[in-house]
This record gives sequence, structure tokens and C-alpha cells, in this order.
Amino acid sequence: MTVLRSAVDTGDASFQSNRARMLGLIDELHELQAQAAAGGGPRAFERLRSHGKLPVRERLALLLDPGSPFLELASLAGNRTDYAVGGGALLGIGVVSGTECVVVANDPSVLGGSMTAISIRKIERALEVARCNRLPYIQFVESSGGDLRGIGAAADVERALRENLTHFAASGRMFHDITELSARGIPTISVVFGSSTAGGAYQPGLSDYTIFVRGGAKVFLGGPPLVKMATGEDSDDEELGGAAMHAQVSGLADYLAEDEPEAIRMCRDVVAHLHWSKHGSGPAHTRPVPPEHEAEELLGLIDPDLRVPTDAREIVARVTDGSRFEEFKPRYGSTIVCGWAHVHGFAVGILANNGPLFSDSAQKAAQFIQLCNQADTPLLFLQNITGYMVGREYERGGIVKHGSQMINALSNSTVPHITVVVGASYGAGNYGMGGRAFDTRFVFLWPTAKIAIMGPKQMAGVMSIVRHAQAARRGEALDEDAERIRTEAVESFAEAMSEATYATGRVVDDGIIDPRDTRDVVGMALSACHSAEVSGARHFGVFRL
Amino acid sequence: MTAPDATSTAGAGPAAGSGPAAGSIAAVETRPIRRLLIANRGEIARRIQRTAAAMGIQTVAVYADSDAGAPHVTGADWAVPLVGRTAADTYLDIDKVIAAALASGADAVHPGYGFLSERAGFASAVIKAGLVWVGPPPEAIEAMGDKLRAKELMVAAGVPVLPWVVGEGPVDIGWPVLVKAAAGGGGKGMRVVDGPEAYAEAVAAAAREAAASFGDGTVFAERFLPDARHVEIQVLADAHGTVVHCFERECSIQRRHQKVVEEAPSPVLDGGLRARMGEAALAAARAVGYRSAGTVEFVVGPDGEFYFLEVNTRLQVEHPVTEAITGLDLVREQLRIAQGEPLGFGQGDLRIDGHAIEVRLYAEDPARGFLPSTGTVVGWRPATDPLVRFDSGIEAGSVVGVEWDPMLAKVVAHAPTRTEAALRLALALERTVVRGVTTNRDFLVATLRHPEFLAGRTTTSFIDRVAPAPRWVPSADELRAAATAATLVRLAEQRAVAPVLASLPAGFRNGVLPPEVVTWRAEGEEIAVAWQARRDGAVDVIVGGRAGVARLRRCTRSAGGVDARVAGAGAGSIGVATGPGGAGGIGVAVGPGGLFDELAGGSPAGAEGTLDLELDGRRLLARWQRRGDRWWVQGASGDVALVEMDRFPEPEVQVVAGALVAPMPGRVLVVAVEPGDLVVEGQLLVVVEAMKMEHRVVAPHPGVVAEIRVSVGDQVSGDDLLAVLSEEVAMPDDATVPARAGSDGGAVPGGGAVPGGGAGSGSAVPDGGVGS
Repeated sequence: MTVLRSAVDTGDASFQSNRARMLGLIDELHELQAQAAAGGGPRAFERLRSHGKLPVRERLALLLDPGSPFLELASLAGNRTDYAVGGGALLGIGVVSGTECVVVANDPSVLGGSMTAISIRKIERALEVARCNRLPYIQFVESSGGDLRGIGAAADVERALRENLTHFAASGRMFHDITELSARGIPTISVVFGSSTAGGAYQPGLSDYTIFVRGGAKVFLGGPPLVKMATGEDSDDEELGGAAMHAQVSGLADYLAEDEPEAIRMCRDVVAHLHWSKHGSGPAHTRPVPPEHEAEELLGLIDPDLRVPTDAREIVARVTDGSRFEEFKPRYGSTIVCGWAHVHGFAVGILANNGPLFSDSAQKAAQFIQLCNQADTPLLFLQNITGYMVGREYERGGIVKHGSQMINALSNSTVPHITVVVGASYGAGNYGMGGRAFDTRFVFLWPTAKIAIMGPKQMAGVMSIVRHAQAARRGEALDEDAERIRTEAVESFAEAMSEATYATGRVVDDGIIDPRDTRDVVGMALSACHSAEVSGARHFGVFRL
Repeated sequence: MTAPDATSTAGAGPAAGSGPAAGSIAAVETRPIRRLLIANRGEIARRIQRTAAAMGIQTVAVYADSDAGAPHVTGADWAVPLVGRTAADTYLDIDKVIAAALASGADAVHPGYGFLSERAGFASAVIKAGLVWVGPPPEAIEAMGDKLRAKELMVAAGVPVLPWVVGEGPVDIGWPVLVKAAAGGGGKGMRVVDGPEAYAEAVAAAAREAAASFGDGTVFAERFLPDARHVEIQVLADAHGTVVHCFERECSIQRRHQKVVEEAPSPVLDGGLRARMGEAALAAARAVGYRSAGTVEFVVGPDGEFYFLEVNTRLQVEHPVTEAITGLDLVREQLRIAQGEPLGFGQGDLRIDGHAIEVRLYAEDPARGFLPSTGTVVGWRPATDPLVRFDSGIEAGSVVGVEWDPMLAKVVAHAPTRTEAALRLALALERTVVRGVTTNRDFLVATLRHPEFLAGRTTTSFIDRVAPAPRWVPSADELRAAATAATLVRLAEQRAVAPVLASLPAGFRNGVLPPEVVTWRAEGEEIAVAWQARRDGAVDVIVGGRAGVARLRRCTRSAGGVDARVAGAGAGSIGVATGPGGAGGIGVAVGPGGLFDELAGGSPAGAEGTLDLELDGRRLLARWQRRGDRWWVQGASGDVALVEMDRFPEPEVQVVAGALVAPMPGRVLVVAVEPGDLVVEGQLLVVVEAMKMEHRVVAPHPGVVAEIRVSVGDQVSGDDLLAVLSEEVAMPDDATVPARAGSDGGAVPGGGAVPGGGAGSGSAVPDGGVGS
């Protein structure tokens, strides 16, 4: 396999300015992650500690094997929304007693760990990661229940109702998914540190294993006020759902822990006795060599002007074992780079953009995806794509047919897909290059990622053209000054909406990563994928040839 | 045997064939030794084996039960069990040893030192059994075994002796005096008495001790020279009448009248004094018709006058210093003499070459009055550089018990000058790994480096006067470095065996998590090491509250100590664990990405190796070892012992002593006792009803009811306190105690069997037991 050479000139002025910009974006990322980690703030932490409770990240740190890596997912969920950054929950893949597990934990310092639109998305994502990758599922439960704050707060009730498109009846899928994991043979473990009441009571109730912390866990369908209202009975928390009661009377608790560290140790013991074996073939090399080229140099590769190309091989050379890459069809469809490599020992087929997708590059990608399915090799997409090529010549050349071949291959591919968006991710390019909607196992963003239906400038320009056309049909003249302001406003709005920090706040990806971590993040994702069987598709949809 | 004229000693030369004993050995029979039984254990047995092997002689080991796997047994060609646990039942049992010799086909017996080495009866028994006795004639042993008789003989031979008085008689020899047992040895029963007030009591005590230890309560008092030196002369005498001395050894540094540091030559002897003492020693040897190797002990006063103390009719522990400066192998000479061969040299052939110092590495605690310590030698790795001589009988895994001498090894440095020898020995000791038992190593190092020692001011009062540090105490920085090193080696080990994601950098995070914390206990305090991986492969650490940057540059693991030995037991693989560098040691590269390569050779139970740590720009090159949760990190300044604290300490369950708690939530149905009641074990105290089941809480032990916290009808939660039972009390007469059956039956009609023990919660009585 060829060892990739690099043409990166770190002394180059544009490299330096790209790097400075990237470091600025990484600082912003770290700042937001620190905000998420700070949860409800130092006073909330102090209150937890005074009750013998640990902050959620300390609970997690205690759960993990010493020295093992942890891959946090959706760390900035809720960013640029009305909800707290982090969404009041912590999600990731960690190693517990030698076993990779999905861990999701309520952060009781944020709104008492209540179930918000964001934290529910995170939990649902956790369940999805566990299901798709056949990873044991651990939840740290401590939640005051559903987030009822929005109810009745609106001044104009009818307007509020009209704007709200969510409904209670659409909720509850997470309960289905917990027990579905169990049915699929994926172990589910609930460690209950605090309140888990009403619907929340089913989180432990539906789990294979439950561990309750004495004095902390309170699990009941109805609390004392509800019981009083329903039956007139006077009762207290401990009687209704205390850990000791559930361990000794109801049998809902399988393990009764005296304190939080003991609960976490019990959780580790449970995972240990699972004797979990992964169904994937695992890494081909147990002692992978690091890349020949420095990961540091990834920082200067992406230009703020996404029209300035980046040779995708420069990224590949800083991700794969030994910078080795066996390139497929290098002289054909050269705007997509395809080839085989290993990342942390795991075999992977890489598809990386080197320009817009043309008919030949789309066909090459479709063929490469099929070959990787034949060989049961997971796919890694490195997205930097402005889209499929448009224009008279390309339409006549069948770009729709060829783009469809690629999307057909992608959609019906059954090997794991992992996507890293390093720059542009526009339009159908997002879809065809392993977008989130295509059952991609993991999607990570570089801070420079831009995701939208099209570029903000194009978007603003297109809308302006449409308005001009409408005005022309009506025989009116547009106020060009107002139109210019309007177009600028559209562009800046579209620009903001396309930013990585916006997308990641909505949990449509698994998080923004430091580009230097790409290899390790991809390695962990691949290892997680190998917990399930890695098996390629033998059948695809009908290819429109 | 006739004592020579006292005046004849002066000017007597070392010429072969001269001396009064020569005439009694007219014809010398030569009896070759082919198989030698060594009636001893530990380092001396090993030391004799080495020379025997070099001479092509097979060796037979004997052993007590606890020594069955000891190096002196596995290092022999043949081994015979003596079956027994005590010294008296084994190494001191003449009949068993002789039987072993005969059974194993040995043709000679070497007694080593201690045990039977100075028992004339044993020497006689060996000879009577037709075996070659490697030692002096029984008569010589006997003559020297009685110290009073020996002193008289020496007076007759013209050798200077200290004045003495026997028993309780009036003391007219001046004060202070040293009270000794006539039959004694090894410092047992010795007491210094400063004046007449304490004398009678000291004599009585010494007599009791002597009677108990040696079966002979005869004691005498000898003038004691407080700031004297202990100087002894090594002699060799063959059966052909040649008697030579091999110069002196100084063994003044003693604790509890036992030697710790020995050297040759003495820093204070000049040529004239050396010659005079040598002559006196030869006279002494001749006076008793000595043959084999022996030692004549003298005390040398501050004025340079010397006085005879006693003759040791055996090989001395400290004989290697003489070997170092003379180039002789004293065991070889013993064996050759025993075979009847003549010494191959005369007095004039012997020269002093440089200076040699020996220390005795003991399992003892200098900080606690040199009390012997016990335990398992977890790590044992003699230094290989600088080159020194180790005579040891232990290996990693050896158990140091109370039944045998606590000496682990003697270590001997030989160098052109005394200062070089002392410093070389100190460095070698520092570089030696000895772990698992408290030793005097640090004390020895402090002694050898002490200006008073280097100045040669070594008198018998040295330890009291100079008081070298009993142990090395690491500084805060040294402790910090050791804890950091142990943390990172632990991490490297953990990463090496990680079943998944092993190639990821240790502690990789793409988000914010608190640092990992490893807590150690060392020097009586807890040290928390919090660490977080850095992108460059180093780690940010906070150790004991101080932040820094640490990098484990290198870490190796060798086939580990005890485990490797156990794994290889029976396959003759001893030494694998302690060989330099260790077999199977594989370097661990800590690459820029923080990658730990696979370590080889360890096990969950233990491992050892080397490490190279950089902490805040300072390097620590050390040997590390792990045994369970115990760790050692030994750098240039000393060995730091650490214990890894459990990440998940047992939760503190608040339990009142004697507390009896509700087995589950429910309602109190019966309270069968009142505070102050005496109860017997198994007696019913409280019945709790829950879920229509009755749960009987019974007394787990006899006692007095101190408290009752509930009354009938109370709702209780699981683990609520019901009653407190005082500690077990001496039960009064049966009559005052309610009969168990009566009390039981009275309280609960359907009462079931009384459970045997448990935490006080009784068995559930089925639903039908009590009307519900």
C-alpha cells in the first residue's frame, strides 16, 4: 500500500491563517464544552455534593476503565437553542470493565435533570447508537420528570398552539427502544441515582439490570401529592419508591448500593459478568502505526472560502495507519478520492471529496461502495462537497442518473458508515456523502463544517432572482437598496444556520471535533461499529444505468 | 595437649612445621572429599556450595520443613529432609544430620557457622561415623567453647587477656565489666555493668539466660573497655603443622553485641601492632592444637593495647573481607586441610591487597531497636554495578520467619582504598532491590557514607555515638515523583492489557471529563495523583495539590519476581526473575501519541521493571515493582513503597455496635423484651410484619438489651434500627436467665426454629403461624 506524501507547506501564509482561524474555532468549541460541563454551575454542584451526590461527569469518570478513551457524543446538544448547552445530559461511548458501552446520564444540576426536547433527543440518540452498533446500554437516571415549563406560559395561546407542532402522543418512543434493545440481546442497565418518577419509572422498569442508590433513588408512578389526590393515602417518598423498599419489597431494584461509588462499582461488575463479545471481525492489526504526517497540520488545510480546494489526500494522510492508502481509480472521476486503508487497525474504505461530484465521480463512488460491501469493509466519508455539478452539459450527461446510482449504493449499503464533515456539505452532496439521514452510524463535524441546502450566497442570490422575477411578472420595480439589505440579511441568516455550532445544537450529528482528533475519533467509532456484525449488502435497488 | 610456655610466644615465626601441636600429627592421612554434606542453611550453605562446585565436589543439602524450596536446597546436588520445624528438630539434631550424611553417600560434613559448627560432640559424631569433618579437632572446639578455660589457656600461652572474676565474687578488676556466659556465643546473655550496685542482679540474670540457652549457668565478669575496637585475626592451620594468620578484620560496629559492618584491614592497625597480634593469634592456635580455619578475637583499647577475647573455631560470617584482601578462598582452604593436604603457602606469601568492607543485610528495623522483621521477600535483585560480592540465601518469594537468623545477605566491596570500598558498597546497596520486609539497608548506607565512618572512627560504641539514620525518608518531591511514576506505569500496564481500543492514546477525551485520580498511601499519608492526557503524549498531573507535567519516557517490564519463579518452579528456572534486565523484558515506547506498546511478562498478581519518568524537567530513572496493590519505585535516592488505594472504597455503613435493624419495611407486631433484659443467643426480641409475613429479630449473641427503639404498631422501613444489644457479657447463673424456649413460645405462638447466628434477623414465620 502506498504511503501518501504530503505537499503541505506549514510556512505558507494561507496555511498559517487557516490554522489561526481553526484554532479560534477550537477555542470556541472548548468554551462551549466547558459550559456544558459546568452544568447548573458551582452552586448546583455544591448542593449535589452536600447530599452525597457526585456531579454527572464525576459519576461517569468513575465508571470508566482507568486510562481508557471516552468518545463523547452530542456534547453541544442544545447549543443555540433556548435550552442549556449540553442539553442536561451526557452521552458517549466508554469502556466499562473492558467492554465498550453506550452511557447516557441525566445531569441533575440542569433543571433537575428534567426531560427536555434536547435531552430526550440525546437519550433517543443513545438508544440508536446502542441498537445499531450492538453496544451494551447504561443509563444514569436522575430526573425530575418532563419539562412542563412551556405549558401555559404564552400570552397569545392560540398563536402558541399554532406554532407548536409537537404533541405528547408522539413521545414515549424511548421506552419502546429500551426494551427493544433487550429483545435484541443488547443488555440494558439502569443506575438510579435520584428521582425517576411517573413515566421515568419505566426507564429502570424496562431495563435488564437496575442498581439503586440508597437514600437517592426514588422510583414511583405517583408521588405523595398524586397518591393523596388519587386515593387519599398519606405517604412519603421513601415508602413509595425508596431504594431500600425496591430492593427488599417490590424487587424493582436488583442491586442496592449504599452510596454512589458503590452503585458505579456494581454497574462495572454487571458489565464484567456479561462477558460481552463483539461480533465484528475487529482490527486487522493490533499494533497499528500512527500516520507518517503530523495531525497538527490538519489545522491549516481548510480555507474559510470553501471554493478554495483542499486535496483530500492531505487529510487521509493524517488519519490512516502509517499514512497508507490504496487508491481506487485515481485517474477516473478525480473529484472523489476513493481507496482502502486502516484506521487504528480497522480496515476502512474511504470516500473523500476533491471537488463537486460529476457523473464519473458519482459512478466511481457507487462502484466503490459496492466493492466495500462485497468485502464487508466499513466506509469513511470525508465530506467537503458543494454538491453535484449543475448545468446544461451535466444534466445532459445524466448527472441525476449517476447521482442516483451513488445514493442507491449508499442507501442500501449495510456496512457501517462514518462521516466526517471537514468543510462544505451542501445539498444532495450532504446526502450522497453519507449524510445523517442515510443511517450513518456516526457523523462528526470539523469546526469549519458548513451544512445547508446550498451556500448562503447562492441561497440569497437565488431568492433575490425569484423576487425579481415575481416583481417583473407583476410589472413592478424592486427597491434595489431594500433588496440589497434583504439579500444580505438572508445570506447572513443562511450562513449562521449552516454553521457547525448550529447543526450540532440540534443533535443532527454526533458533535464537533478537533481536527487533530479525527483519527482517534474515527478509530473509536469503527471499534464501536465492530461490536455488531460488519456485513456488506449483496442486494441494492435497481441501478438506473 | 600441653600449653606452651608463656614466654615462648614472643618472636615465634610462622614457619611450617613449627609449633607445639605439630608433633601430635605424625602421619597425615589424605582423604579425598567427593560429596560434601553441608549441615547448614541460608547464605553460608550457598557460599560453601559455590566453592565445592568449583572444586568439583557434589553437595548435599539438609533442610527443615519450611526450607524445602529454599535456594540452599535447590542449589545442591542432593537434598535430604530433616523433617521438623524448629532448629532443635532439624539443623541442631546431630543424629538426623549424621543419618542424612550416611543416607546420601556423603563423605564429608561442613558445618558452616552457627548451628552445630562449634559443638565438639557433633565433630566427634561426624568423625565416628567415618566421615571427614571439615573443621577443627573436637578437642580444640571443646577447649575454646568454655570461655573461662580458654582464657586460662591463653594466659598460659602468654597471650594478653583482660582481667576477670567468676560468678558473684567481689569485683576487683575495675569498672565497668562485661558479664558473660562461659558457654555463650553470639552475644547472648552479655551485659555491661557500670558499678557494683547492678552487678549481682546482672550476674543472676545472665546466669539464668545462660542456663536456658546453653544448659550451663556459669558466668564471669570481664573488664569492659567502653570505647574499644573489636579486632580479630584469621588463622589457618593444616594437619602438617603449618599455621598462618591472614591478617585482621575489624568488626567494631555492632548492635546488640552482633556485628553489622566488618572490614579488613583495620583502619587503626599499623604494621607493628598487626605483627604482634598475628603472633598472639598463632600462639593461641598452637596452644589448642588448632587445625582448619579459625578466628582469634581481640579487643583493642584506645591506647593500642590488645587483649584476647575468644577463639571462634569455625568459619566466620565476615570471612569474605579476608578473602578479598588476601585472594584466598577460605572454604577451599578448609576443604583442602580437611582432606589432609598441606597449605600451599606460608606466612610470607600473604599480602594485603586494598581494602574490603562487608555489611550484613538483615531483616530488621533499625528504627525499632533493630528488632527482627518478618515477611515475604517480594523483590530481590542484587546490584550488578558496581561490582560487589553478594552472599545470600534468599530469592524473590523467600519467606523470612522468626525461626531462622534474619540475615538476608552479606555484601562485600573490595577496592584499592577504604573510602572507595565504603562508597562503592553504599552505592551497590542503594541499587539493590530488597522489598517486602523491613531491612537495615538504609541504615547501612547511612553508616557507610557517614564522615565518622569514613574517618575510620569505628569503635564498638559507633552506633550509639553516631546514630546513623535508621531509614531513608523520601522528600516531598521524591514522594511526588514516585507516586507519579507508579501512576503512569500502572496506566501503561492497564493500557497494555486493554481488550478494546488498546491503540488509542491513554485517557483520550474529545470532551470535558474530570481528571483520572489514582490515590496512593505512602509514608503514612495519602497522595492523590490526578492526571489528564495531553496531545503530545505527556500528561498534566496534579500530585498532592501541585500541578506539573509528566512524561513516561520509557517503561520496561521483566518476567516478574515471585510469579515468574513460581511459574518456573521445578523447571530449574530460578534466576530468570533476578537476572539483569530480566528475561523477556520488552521496552514500552510511549510515543508522541501516548501509545503504550504491549508489556510482556507480568500478571495481575505482580510485575517489575524499569522506568524513566520526566516530571517538570527532572528525570527519575527507577526500578518499579508491583505486587497486588503494593508498589515500589526505587530511584537513585531510595526505595519508595506505595499502596494503591481502592478506587471504590467500601461504603461506610453506619452501624451502631449491637444494632438490630428491621429486615424489611413493615409494622412492629411484637416487642418481646425491655431495656435492661438479659437475653441469650437466639432469643426473640422483636417481630416485624410485612407483606403478611412475620420476620423474627433474634439476639445474635448473649447480652443486655440496651435500647428498644420501637413499640408495637410502629411502621418501620427496611434497616430501621429496632433495638440495641450491648456487647457480650459474662452470663450470670442460668437461674436468672429466662429460659429460651419459654420466652420464645410465650411471645410467638407459631415460633419456628431459632436460626444459628446471622445479623439478628430471624427466619420468616409463614403466614399461618399467627392469625392474620
